[in-house]
Amino acid sequence: MRTLKFLLEKEFLQILRDPAIWRILFVMPIVQLLILPLAADYEIKNINLSVVDHDHSAYSTRLVNKITASGYFRMTDYSAGYSGSLRAIERDRADLVLEIPPQFEKTLIKENGATLFIGVNAINGVKAGLGGAYIQRIVRDYNQDVRAQWIQYPRLDPLPIIDMRYSDWYNPHMNYRYFMVPGILVMLVTMIGTSFASNNIVREIEMGTIEQINVSPIRKVHFILGKLFPFMLLALTVLTTGLVIARVVYGIVPVGHYSTIYVFASVYLLAVLGLGLLLSTYAQTQQQSMLVSSFVTMIFNLLSGLYTPIESMPGWAQVITRFNPVSYFIQVMRMVVLKGSGLSDIQPHILAVLGFAVFFNGWAILNYKKRTG
Amino acid sequence: MVITARDLTKRFGAFVAVDAISFEVRKGEIFGFLGANGAGKTTAMRMLCGLSLPSSGQATVAGYDVYRQTEQIKRSIGYMSQKFSLYEDLTVRENIRFYAGIYQLSDARIREKTAKLLQQLHMEEQEKSLVRSLPLGWKQKLAFAIAIVHDPAIVFLDEPTGGVDPMMRKEFWSTIYEASDRGITIFVTTHYMDEAEYCHRVSIMVDGRIEALDSPGRLMKRYAAGSMDDVFLQLARKASRTGA
Amino acid sequence: MKQFLIFVRKEWYHIWRDKRTLLILIGMPIIQIVLYGFALTNEIKNSRIAVLDESHDPSTLALIQKIDASRYFEITRMLHSPADVEAVFRQGRTRLVIIFPLGFRGDLLHGHRAQVQLVADASDPNTANMLTNYAEAIINDYQQSLNGDQALPYQISTQIRMLYNPELKGAYNFVPGVLALVLMLVCAMMTSMSIVREKEMGSMEVILVSPLKPFRIIIAKTIPYLLVSLLNIVCILVLSVYALEVPIRGSLWLLIGESMLFTITSLSVGLLISNSAKTQQTAMFTSMMSLFLPTLLFSGFLFPVENMPLPLRVVSNVVPAKWYYIIVKSVMIKGLGPAAVWKETLILTGMTLVLLGISIRNFKIRLA
Repeated sequence: MRTLKFLLEKEFLQILRDPAIWRILFVMPIVQLLILPLAADYEIKNINLSVVDHDHSAYSTRLVNKITASGYFRMTDYSAGYSGSLRAIERDRADLVLEIPPQFEKTLIKENGATLFIGVNAINGVKAGLGGAYIQRIVRDYNQDVRAQWIQYPRLDPLPIIDMRYSDWYNPHMNYRYFMVPGILVMLVTMIGTSFASNNIVREIEMGTIEQINVSPIRKVHFILGKLFPFMLLALTVLTTGLVIARVVYGIVPVGHYSTIYVFASVYLLAVLGLGLLLSTYAQTQQQSMLVSSFVTMIFNLLSGLYTPIESMPGWAQVITRFNPVSYFIQVMRMVVLKGSGLSDIQPHILAVLGFAVFFNGWAILNYKKRTG
Repeated sequence: MVITARDLTKRFGAFVAVDAISFEVRKGEIFGFLGANGAGKTTAMRMLCGLSLPSSGQATVAGYDVYRQTEQIKRSIGYMSQKFSLYEDLTVRENIRFYAGIYQLSDARIREKTAKLLQQLHMEEQEKSLVRSLPLGWKQKLAFAIAIVHDPAIVFLDEPTGGVDPMMRKEFWSTIYEASDRGITIFVTTHYMDEAEYCHRVSIMVDGRIEALDSPGRLMKRYAAGSMDDVFLQLARKASRTGA
Repeated sequence: MKQFLIFVRKEWYHIWRDKRTLLILIGMPIIQIVLYGFALTNEIKNSRIAVLDESHDPSTLALIQKIDASRYFEITRMLHSPADVEAVFRQGRTRLVIIFPLGFRGDLLHGHRAQVQLVADASDPNTANMLTNYAEAIINDYQQSLNGDQALPYQISTQIRMLYNPELKGAYNFVPGVLALVLMLVCAMMTSMSIVREKEMGSMEVILVSPLKPFRIIIAKTIPYLLVSLLNIVCILVLSVYALEVPIRGSLWLLIGESMLFTITSLSVGLLISNSAKTQQTAMFTSMMSLFLPTLLFSGFLFPVENMPLPLRVVSNVVPAKWYYIIVKSVMIKGLGPAAVWKETLILTGMTLVLLGISIRNFKIRLA
């Protein structure tokens, strides 16, 4: 146990003396957390709208006004015909075309019904889906208004109506940053943690100090633990910087407890740092370990549910996410920060990640050989 | 006997790096382990230090078996490689403290040792400098002092004087003698033949086998050579493996 | 000319003999396209939802069945009390809870007005929006079926056409982006590293004192990577057409031509990096940091550029990948011709010329 003390002391001295450390601890989180959430804003607003109004009636004008007043749409084009609108879509000047047919008002009132044509640029499926949904909702609303004007409920309404009430929990203002910032923070902590850890043992190999350690009576477990704890502390510091930024800059105050985040983060870090150490026991040079660890973290990040929902992935990818520690942390982070989940809610997540921690570190200890050849 | 080896062999696939070598090293001796590059001397030494598992044969170091008791061996030996293995981003004092610590020295003993070492090495003023900033010769002396900080029975030196000028090498050997006087057995590999003459006994490895083993004086007489260099050249001429 | 060809052949050997790098060069695009194309999609399907049915009558049962049958939803939990709603959200992946209050059928048939409550986990706002919208459509459908053929009065119906990508597949958006990302990374990173390697090994000096002109040296070094890139382009296009079923609607030759232009842009970026980097490691890091992130962030395929604040939108204009992404979308997905992309092509050409100019000038200075 006393050996561990000396190992820890040495690692801390080395870390604190690393000129890159302050950059990594403070500058990187600040820059990433300030720029990424601004860029990674999927909130669909300002959908560019092109209107082809063949009717030019009071009704069509009212409809268009209602759409632009909703806040989701921005009228960028007003074409005389559908082909003009299509050109606007081709040139990316418009995302959505609304075509109001001739005699729209007349047919609606006289013939009891009319049809609107909507064309959406669907290359970006999300934007198209949401844009279509928004405009249909507005049209339904408008439809209600029209009906209310012409008939009196409920006397003339023998038909059953299902009334839908919506509530949006946990993020009522639909602020996309509440969703992204906790996830980006997880990505940041993971990247810093693994790359540091994976580089570390390799650096000792390159410097030749590993030989000196190997001929000493240090136990393998102590050696790995001596590496693990300093990096854990380092990563937790990054996490703290990030949480402070989230609070100060984005006003994100976790609904749950900070302590829940830290408990989970500690277990999680054991797992990813173990993975980093494991990778480094296989690498010969820092360049190799860097390449491999950045590749692994890239795949982990992409398949973590940070950018796209896990349920949307195909079956095989969902299976991978189950073996991806990052996806657990991102879920937990969002659960605790947005929904106020507690330790009992995230118990399955903790157990899973604990499993990874044991697996990766065990493998790293087994694979770190004091003997070579 | 501090080290005994009998038919110690290391194979890498079909390649026999160390071919059934047998020798003994006496307590307090300075034992030179000579050979050209690729002759197998580093491999042999790594087996004795417990860094590499022998393919066959027996060996004991400080009375412990190299197959089963490597951890005990590691407690009894010191090791210094050609890279000096110091942490460049730690200070002189921190390096001493770290290595003393992992060899389980008590805090009082660490303090005492550090003070003594700094004084012996004339590095009192550099104790707070990073090792990175020291000249090569100083690093070398520091590395040696650290290798014997826990007073091991044997210290293994793997080409300790590589890249150092002749003056510095001479100075370094005087510190080796001091350690030897304190009863520490020295096992040193080198390819500087002038250094071989500083040893009590030398062995010369060619192609994985020990071709000669005796005191430098007797070897020179047997091969009718004027220097160890001549002895070595005569033996090395037989080599079929070229240096790697 | 003969010297030149010898030099090109030497560069080709470098690439071809280093099997591990070659594997990365060819394998990376394939892995990326598979990951982005298949795994990263925003399509909603099988979202986990829970139902709190306090009414338990034929109407609610029919509705629940209808919802469960939809490909968008998978009912994973039946709740028993309003208190469960919060718990089920807090435990994880349930995205939406549908609540039918007591006496739903009675209200519907006799009172003509029944209530349904849709509670969404809006931590992910977009998914929440889409889910409520889909649920709404299903419920509306049911309501319509209750009414039989009798249409509501003054009904405005909408006919919606999803242009270019009727199934709203994610791949349509990602394929052009991945093309940009991969070409940028492969070309820039590999060229810069190969030149810096020669610097590290000292062989660059030998070449520089040879009678070859610096300009030719640069061209010779880049030609093999141009070939590898062409191979990558073909790989990605074949994969997208046959595996991801993303069609090439416009001219294939136009697409390849534009891609070669972008490849040259990327190669020039690589040259520029190699001018300042001293070690392969620096070259690699500079390429990663200065290319990977900006390409990912600002090309517009992962994050919508139009949502970004003005300073970032301005920055995005100097990222070559943004223009290339627009070109590929137009040619490949929209099926447009050269007339639609001449502006972007011009911008890209301009960027390339400037980059090439700077790096060749710097190259000469080093020789002197």
